[in-house]
Amino acid sequence: MLETTGIDATKSGTQEVLRVDGASVRYGAATILDGVDLTLNRGEFVCVIGPSGSGKTTFLRLLAGLVAPAEGRVLFRGAEHRAPSREIAIVFQDYANALLPWRDAEGNVSLALEAAGVPRAERAGRIRALLSKVGLAGSEKKFPSEMSGGMQQRLQIARCLAQEPDVLLMDEPFGALDAMTRQKLQDELLGIVRDSNVTAFFVTHDLEEAIYLSDRIVALEPDPGQVCRVFDVTLPKPRNQLSTREMPEFLRLRRELFDFIERFEP
Amino acid sequence: MTALKGLALPVALLVLWQLAVVLSGMQSDTIAAPDAIFAALGRALTEPAFWADTGDTLAAGGMGLALGFGLGTLSGVLFGLIPPVGRVMRVTVELLRPLPAIAILPIALLIFGFGYRLEVAIVAFGTCFPVLVLTEAAVRQIEPRLSEVARALALSPGARVRKIVLPAVLPRLFVALRLAAGIGLIIAITVEIAANPIGLGARLMQASNSLRPADMYATLFWIGAIGWALNWGMLRLQLWLFPATRGAAQ
Ligand SMILES: Nc1ncnc2c1ncn2[C@@H]1O[C@H](COP(=O)(O)OP(=O)(O)O)[C@@H](O)[C@H]1O
Ligand SMILES: [Mg+2]
Repeated sequence: MLETTGIDATKSGTQEVLRVDGASVRYGAATILDGVDLTLNRGEFVCVIGPSGSGKTTFLRLLAGLVAPAEGRVLFRGAEHRAPSREIAIVFQDYANALLPWRDAEGNVSLALEAAGVPRAERAGRIRALLSKVGLAGSEKKFPSEMSGGMQQRLQIARCLAQEPDVLLMDEPFGALDAMTRQKLQDELLGIVRDSNVTAFFVTHDLEEAIYLSDRIVALEPDPGQVCRVFDVTLPKPRNQLSTREMPEFLRLRRELFDFIERFEP
Repeated sequence: MTALKGLALPVALLVLWQLAVVLSGMQSDTIAAPDAIFAALGRALTEPAFWADTGDTLAAGGMGLALGFGLGTLSGVLFGLIPPVGRVMRVTVELLRPLPAIAILPIALLIFGFGYRLEVAIVAFGTCFPVLVLTEAAVRQIEPRLSEVARALALSPGARVRKIVLPAVLPRLFVALRLAAGIGLIIAITVEIAANPIGLGARLMQASNSLRPADMYATLFWIGAIGWALNWGMLRLQLWLFPATRGAAQ
């Protein structure tokens, strides 16, 4: 009976994974985040937008367990979460710094498997599968310095997927990439999130990207960072780069978000 | 080509030196002619005792280097990774570091007496600090993002050192090893000249005391050749292993 309930909860998409309860983050005397609340459910894709300096990155680091809240709590699967966990993967914005330059693509993915204690014999097969999942088949022996920005970010995503995480935290992961690469990676990411039923928390300053990817958009306002509004995105799935972006609902949300963000532009 | 041009001056000096000695008909207890020096070196190279002395210097210096490099690396990684420890130790390190290694000879002599252990201890003391300082700086300069990756993957402290810290500082560790090897040879010879009756330094002193200038210069040239070969070999190795250190190599 209990098992059935669990499956039902997963199916209805209301199984809570991460919850932030009135959390504040301070650096010295400065309050960066002030009384933030948010619940992330299993399989959900949540984007965070907000003007620069509103605390988006800090919010992500709070969820990652990289910073501790001065007030309030962060709950991961119901338990207080104070240090990073392998079940929460982080895709950093600066992929070039987040990869090990002395390891090739295989070696970089392997790091996550080694950390999780996966036996050596199992690693090679899983690494190959992960690299082909992110479109890096054939680049197994390439070093990060021999890869384009898009490939490096794909590699970092592959390493995060190797953690088999419940939650995927991403900080403006496609911000430095060209438009074509970005759209391609957006679609690949949506596919990966759908297939692995992982919860995605995605920071971006690109409003259209936020609408395209999200089930829900959290808008932060600055000084101090607070959740200002939450937008539900009810666009049908799977999304399509052309038709989704032409839907009236997409355009309506786009207008609403632009109006919101404009208030903070000088 | 450049190497050949660079050799022109030393060769010219040797020729002048030879000419001066021959033309002046000088007989000296302090200066020998190059031909006599090279003859003495050729003779020495056939003597087992000469090779035994060479072996003594290299063994004592090498062991001291291994010990100093090991201690320096270990404490450098520790101080670099745990800043509070580094801060507590900073004053001690800064007080001991400027001390010329040879200045601890009298104390070391009381503790160890003559022999290998004396020399190993002083070479270790002298090479430990430069390695420590270079390693600590290298560890501090590791990309902070990589430390966060280690945290995010919940790596154990041991795995973090093995998989992130050591590979990240390896090129600079090798530079430190090369510098320490040069320092180690200098200290080993100095200890042998000043007190320890073993190795090439002691051979140099014997030649000097018994007024055999040709043997003295032959040993001197030999020590120079060893130092040069050591640095050359390690530099080649460094550039081959870590091509990225090319800029900072010299
Ligand atoms: N380590 C830190 N120490 C002090 N202040 C910080 C630190 N990190 C971020 N901040 C400050 O917190 C605010 C929010 O930063 P951040 O979370 O990076 O914003 P965003 O990602 O939305 O641009 C900024 O004003 C920034 O200067
Ligand atoms: Mg940011």
